[in-house]
Amino acid sequence: MNSTAPQNPFADATAMRLRIQRLSLMLAELNQEESPLVLLGIQPRGVSLAERLKAAWKEQMPTKRLDYGILDPTFFRDDFNQAKVLVPEATNLNFSLENRRVVLVDDVLFTGRTIRAAMDAVNTFGRPEWIKLLVLVERRFARQLPIHPDFFGWSVDAFEGQKVKVRWTEHHGEDAIWIENNV
Amino acid sequence: MPQLSSQHLLGIKDLTRADIALIMSTTAEFMQVLQRPIKKVPSLRDKTIANLFFENSTRTRLSFELAEKRLSADLINFSASGSSLSKGETLLDTVNNILAMKVDMIVLRHSSPGTGLFLAKHLPRFRHSAHARIINAGDGTHEHPTQALLDAFSIQKALGTVEGKRIALVGDILHSRVALSNILLLKKMGAEVQVCAPASLLPKNISNLGIKVSHSLDLTLEQADAINLLRIQEERLKVQHFPGNYEYHRMFGLNLERWENAKNKPLILHPGPVNRGVEIDGKLADGPDSIILDQVQHGVAVRMAVLYLLGQTVN
Repeated sequence: MNSTAPQNPFADATAMRLRIQRLSLMLAELNQEESPLVLLGIQPRGVSLAERLKAAWKEQMPTKRLDYGILDPTFFRDDFNQAKVLVPEATNLNFSLENRRVVLVDDVLFTGRTIRAAMDAVNTFGRPEWIKLLVLVERRFARQLPIHPDFFGWSVDAFEGQKVKVRWTEHHGEDAIWIENNV
Repeated sequence: MPQLSSQHLLGIKDLTRADIALIMSTTAEFMQVLQRPIKKVPSLRDKTIANLFFENSTRTRLSFELAEKRLSADLINFSASGSSLSKGETLLDTVNNILAMKVDMIVLRHSSPGTGLFLAKHLPRFRHSAHARIINAGDGTHEHPTQALLDAFSIQKALGTVEGKRIALVGDILHSRVALSNILLLKKMGAEVQVCAPASLLPKNISNLGIKVSHSLDLTLEQADAINLLRIQEERLKVQHFPGNYEYHRMFGLNLERWENAKNKPLILHPGPVNRGVEIDGKLADGPDSIILDQVQHGVAVRMAVLYLLGQTVN
C-alpha cells in the first residue's frame, strides 16, 4: 500500500509485539466463559491487527475460546458520491452477533467515521450485548464524532495533513509505525 | 480505486474484463449481505430510481425492485399500460418528465433494441436529465446484461470459475436477448461457448461471434459443463419456425429420456420463465442438477452490485 520508507518510526517490531500482547491480556480480562468475546477486524487495515491479537490470545490462553470475524463497513459509510467509488472488501462473519460481546479492531482511530459505519454494520448481524473499540494508534483531537477507544496501543498527536502509517510484515515486509508528513 | 468504465449499463458489449471482475466481486459481497438478519444497507438512501417497464416482466422487475429497496433507494414503478403513452407522448418526453422529478437512475425494459442507447445519447441534451444513469433490463432481442451477469455469477459459484468452462446455450437463440448477452459475457470471461438450436432459430453468421454451433442436443450435452436453456419467445415469433411444441421438445428439449441416457450431466440453468414440457421437462427443472432458483436468488445481489457501482457516480 505504501512504498515509501518509514521516517523515524516510533514503534518497531518488538514494541508492536509487546503492545499487542498487552492489549490481548486486557481483552482477556473481559472474557467470560458463558459469553466468549467476538473479535471483529475492520477492513481493510484492521484485519492485520485482529489477526495478531488472535495469535497473541492463542499463545497466552490456548484453552480460552475467542470468536473471530472480518467486517467490511463500506456499504454503511457516509462519504458516497465524493471523488471516488467505494468498492467493498470481503466480510467474513458467519454467525449472529445477537447478545454477543463484540470488540471492533482497527489500526488507527482518526475521525471516527469508519467506526460509526462499522457499528451500523455490526447491528445488521443482530443486537450485541455491547461493542467496544480497540485500536493500535489513537490520534488525539482528530475526532469528528463522539467516539473514543476503549483500548489503544499508542496515543499520538498529529497535525492536520499528517498521516499515521502502520506497516505489517505480512503486507509490507516489516512491522513499523510512524507519522508521515504530507507531501 | 476501481470503478466501472461506463456511466450506464446498456449491454455486456461495453464492459471491460476489469468491469466484469468488479461487478462479480461486488456481487459476492452483496450475497454476504443477503445472508444477514438485516439485509438492508444504507448506501443509496439519497437516490431515486425509476423502473420503466414498457414490456412485461415478473422476475426482472421484482428483482430490481428488491435490490433497490435493499440498498435503501427510493423507487417508482412505471408500466406502459395505463400510462400517457396511449395519449401519444414520445418515449423521450416520458423519460424527461420522469427525470425532471429528480430521479437519478432509470431501469429500462423496452421491446425495441437499442432503446437504452437512444436515451443515453439524447438525455445529455436536457438540463433535467443529463445526470441520469441508465440500466438496460432488456431491450427487444438485443441485450439483457444483468441476466447474463447473474447467469455467469451462478456458474462461477457452482463450478468455481467460468474461465475454461464449456457452456452451451440451447433454444431460441434468434429471438433471445439473454443469448447475446450471455455469449458476449462468457467469451469475455474466457469460457468456451456453444449454441444448440434448430437452424431456423439461429441468426445468420452466428459463428462469427467465435462460438461453436450444434444442431444436436445429445452431442451438446456430452460437450458441456453447463447448459442454459432458453424458452421459445412465442411473443416474438412472426412465422412458424418449427412444426410444434411436441416436436421441439422431442428434438431440442431436455426431456427425461435424453437426460437419463446422457453420459455427461452438466449443470442446468434457465433464465425463466420456464415452459415446462417444451425446452425442459418439469422434473429436471426441479431436480438436483438444476440451479434455476439459485439464479433468481443471485439476481438480486447482481442487481444490487450494478446499482451500487453506478449509483455512486450520480452527482
